[in-house]
Amino acid sequence: MPRVLLIEDDRAVRDGLRLALTYQGHTVDAVETGEEGLARLAEDPADVVVLDLMLPGMDGFEVCRRIRAAGDLPIIMLTARNDDIDVVAGLEAGADDYVVKPAQARVLEARIRAVLRRTGGEPRGPDAKPGPERHGDLTIDRDGLVVSKHGTVIGLAPTELRLLLELSSAPGRVLSRQQLLESVWDQGYLGDSRLVDACVQRLRAKIEDDPAKPVYVQTLRGFGYRFGPL
Amino acid sequence: MTGWRLRGLRTRLLVAFALLSVFTALAVAGIGYVQARNGILQRTQDNAAVEMTTQLKQLYPLPRQPVKTSALQSAADRLDGRKISALVTSGGRSAGDMPASVITPELRAVVRSGRVAWQRVDVGGVTQLLLGSPLLIATGDRLNPTIPSGIEVYELRNLDAEIDAVNRLARDAWLAGGAALVVALILAVLAAGSVLRPVGELQRAARRLGAGDLDARIAVRGSDELASVAETFNATAESLQRHVGELRRMEADARRFVADVSHELRTPLAAMTAVTDMLDAEAKRLPDPAGEAVRLVSQETHNLTRLVNDLIEVTRFDSGTASLEVDDVDVAEAVRATLRVRGFEVETDLPDGIRARIDPRRLDVIVANLVGNALRHGAEPVTVRLRGDQAGITLAVEDSGPGLDEEVLPHVFSRFYKADTARSRSEGSGLGLAIAWENARLHRGELVAGNRPEGGAVFTLWLPREVRR
Repeated sequence: MPRVLLIEDDRAVRDGLRLALTYQGHTVDAVETGEEGLARLAEDPADVVVLDLMLPGMDGFEVCRRIRAAGDLPIIMLTARNDDIDVVAGLEAGADDYVVKPAQARVLEARIRAVLRRTGGEPRGPDAKPGPERHGDLTIDRDGLVVSKHGTVIGLAPTELRLLLELSSAPGRVLSRQQLLESVWDQGYLGDSRLVDACVQRLRAKIEDDPAKPVYVQTLRGFGYRFGPL
Repeated sequence: MTGWRLRGLRTRLLVAFALLSVFTALAVAGIGYVQARNGILQRTQDNAAVEMTTQLKQLYPLPRQPVKTSALQSAADRLDGRKISALVTSGGRSAGDMPASVITPELRAVVRSGRVAWQRVDVGGVTQLLLGSPLLIATGDRLNPTIPSGIEVYELRNLDAEIDAVNRLARDAWLAGGAALVVALILAVLAAGSVLRPVGELQRAARRLGAGDLDARIAVRGSDELASVAETFNATAESLQRHVGELRRMEADARRFVADVSHELRTPLAAMTAVTDMLDAEAKRLPDPAGEAVRLVSQETHNLTRLVNDLIEVTRFDSGTASLEVDDVDVAEAVRATLRVRGFEVETDLPDGIRARIDPRRLDVIVANLVGNALRHGAEPVTVRLRGDQAGITLAVEDSGPGLDEEVLPHVFSRFYKADTARSRSEGSGLGLAIAWENARLHRGELVAGNRPEGGAVFTLWLPREVRR
């Protein structure tokens, strides 16, 4: 079972979530502050971070940015206020998903499962050949789950990788935000399309030559996103 | 501008000034004209009479009776002049340029009686002075100093010059009156303006105040009655502003308190909610009543969570922080997803292909609240119908219950309004329909409640195809 690092300053919430996630079989490491959490990650990496945004000292956004800068560990934000600004800022800081408190343990569990979902067995386009696919300067290896550009491997967070695999499985086809939410985040119609927009921004920053003029992941206003045409 | 209303203060002032000036002009000019006219004409008549008698004296000695026509003619010739034509009569004969027809019988009668007489007559549209005089013979007798000679002299004098002068007088009087009227009107406009400007300012300020601009004040000028009105207005506005400010502060405090309380409740609820799944699983293994108690705690934690979430949602609408995240949505698909996720079993009439740019999460909230409400308070079957046209989409949620009472209808979207006082608390937060209504309004759409003719309540949601910002 995945190892979860829980960073939450409120003792009761921390204990409640630790109890519940442990009950469901996760190995939970619960810490009180962002500094503590970063120190813990440095010595003993987890599989996923569950991060409260309102923390004393270093706030959740800063913690999120530092974890993102250091690697591609999936991050789920806990937001108590349900403020749109918080959600947007958290997603921009690099979070993969968010859960609004108070949340039932099974909701958080489902989010954790979604961000950790193995990326293998993604649907392929009808004319896809086995082995690495080439799309312009981009090489996507679906079996090895490696994306490289000009031969250099690009480090993608699991959600970003899954979004790219989903889009590139059918080049030229438009996928709506709701479709992407369902296939990448397991969220369907109750999801928040800003998750998609934020992830697309992060993906573009990594794979596009000029993120302001995207070539690989193109926006179709009012419809959704499309891979190519190159 | 206060406008030129027929019975307005400005019109009344102008009319009063105009009437006053016309009356004064008429009085002054009219009296002056009449006196001058009478004076001129009187003097002319007197002069004419004197002149005539002077000339007649030169006719002596009088010719013998019966007088010959030639003698009459020479007398007439002597009297004739540039502006005068004369007629001299004696017995049946007469001589001179003047037509006898202009002599009026009254004048002739006076002249016959031996006196000099005059009269203004109209000859061919021209006013002339007609003078008549008998020629008398002095007897030297004391008792009867004169006897009539039988000769009568008539004279017609042209009064053109005098009439001209009089007319000039009249014209001058009219001009003076007109000028006075104009000056009076200008003065009236100025006076009305000076009186009405503060009134207009007062009106504008009152209108701004009424429209909600509580900073509206008037500049106080001078110390007249209008200044006193302005002071009173300013004092009233100030007091109103203070009270409204106080009310707003209190309302904001109350709302902030609700928001703060909701947020404060969230943290302990987050801890409790996190473990309810665990409690639910463990409760099965616990013997009653401990198991029942655990289930109760779990259930009520969910209800409390829902209430707090709804309260927070409401405070977001109140504070104006609720925002729309619109997306291109296939409405039928979205509604079906809501029903599926919530496990609602209803009849549907959801044609495919109706798309709108709306917020899918808010649509989900609206549909979930309407259908949940219909299932709880109405009776099955519940039907969800979707229709679309150029402007928007219409979604109707119908139930087969008894419908809504007429007195309930205006309040169904009020917060915590409960149509049935006996209704159990745990059936909902009491905010669901209010939140659905606010969500519709945020889309610039509308949500209305009504009853179907065949019985049962119907909630109809209309949302525009595209929300205009």
